[in-house]
Amino acid sequence: MTILIIVPAYNEEKSLPGVVQDLRKHAAYADVLVVDDGSCDATARIAAELGVTVLRLPFNLGIGGAMQAGYLYADRQGYDIAVQFDGDGQHKAEEIEKLLQPIVSGSADMAAGSRFLTPGGYQAPLSRKMGMLIFSFLLSRILGTRVTDTTSGFRAANRRVIEYFARFYPEDYPEVETLVLLHKKGDRIIEVPVMMRERAEGRSSITATRSVYYMVKVILAVLVDLFKK
Amino acid sequence: MDLLKILAMFGSGSVFIIVIELIRRGRLKERYSLLWLCASALLLLLSLSRGVLEYLSHALGVYYPPSLLFLLAFLFLLLITLHFSVVLSGLSEKNKKLAQELALLRQELQAALNAQGGRAAERRPER
Repeated sequence: MTILIIVPAYNEEKSLPGVVQDLRKHAAYADVLVVDDGSCDATARIAAELGVTVLRLPFNLGIGGAMQAGYLYADRQGYDIAVQFDGDGQHKAEEIEKLLQPIVSGSADMAAGSRFLTPGGYQAPLSRKMGMLIFSFLLSRILGTRVTDTTSGFRAANRRVIEYFARFYPEDYPEVETLVLLHKKGDRIIEVPVMMRERAEGRSSITATRSVYYMVKVILAVLVDLFKK
Repeated sequence: MDLLKILAMFGSGSVFIIVIELIRRGRLKERYSLLWLCASALLLLLSLSRGVLEYLSHALGVYYPPSLLFLLAFLFLLLITLHFSVVLSGLSEKNKKLAQELALLRQELQAALNAQGGRAAERRPER
């Protein structure tokens, strides 16, 4: 089985070497693809020097567009499994195997790593925690199973999902929406407990002031997805 | 003929001419030209004859004819902005596809150059 690890990176020149090293060490069985989402810094050059495959978007598309570019690559190169792995160093390469297990065994079409399934795991700031709880409640209702970490970008997908994402992937804040879309399509989603690091460099793309706007927007998008076609 | 009528004719006449000129120079796509032509022709017609507006508003039961004019203008602008939003959404989708396709092609080119042997490093385009 061929496995591709898609690493979306927007201005991640500082953390990228560590991320690639981590992947080389703990996930040597997989190919690594860095998607440079129109960075202003040396992200693309550093990725090329590290010897990984790089997709260089001519301008910033946002996480959705960048991730879809990765899925397009995975689709065309015929990979069996694609793994989403953040370029900021918050995901751990040794945890990838846990995501791969349900995909390889065929018990799920997509596996999403959750920070909240392990006791004593990640503690989010209160403002974000509220939002996450609301999403988790909403998504659990829609999906009919308990979803704890809806915004996790640490995921593995099988061929079926790769082909779908290559054709369609939501743009702005895709993590929550993709769960709904896959569920509607009839794909099986499973949550896997994983450990994550505090981010080493850079800040979350979601600041406190934006989080309310983010929430409203995502909830709206989810409702739209439910009523589409 | 009163001054207001002359001014109105002059105004709507120039809109009509501007639209035609834009089409002639190819600055306005044919797709939109029909819409703008119709709008400016209607404007011209209404400024030529006050009776048309008065007849229409009477038939529709609008007491104050100019408010019918405002209503029509508002609806027209609303629909055209909605139409532009739809067009913009389509364009941004195509734009995204193009960017992704470009990135994939770049990568293929780089891979082909690498396969040819090491020349790629010198060829790497500067941003």
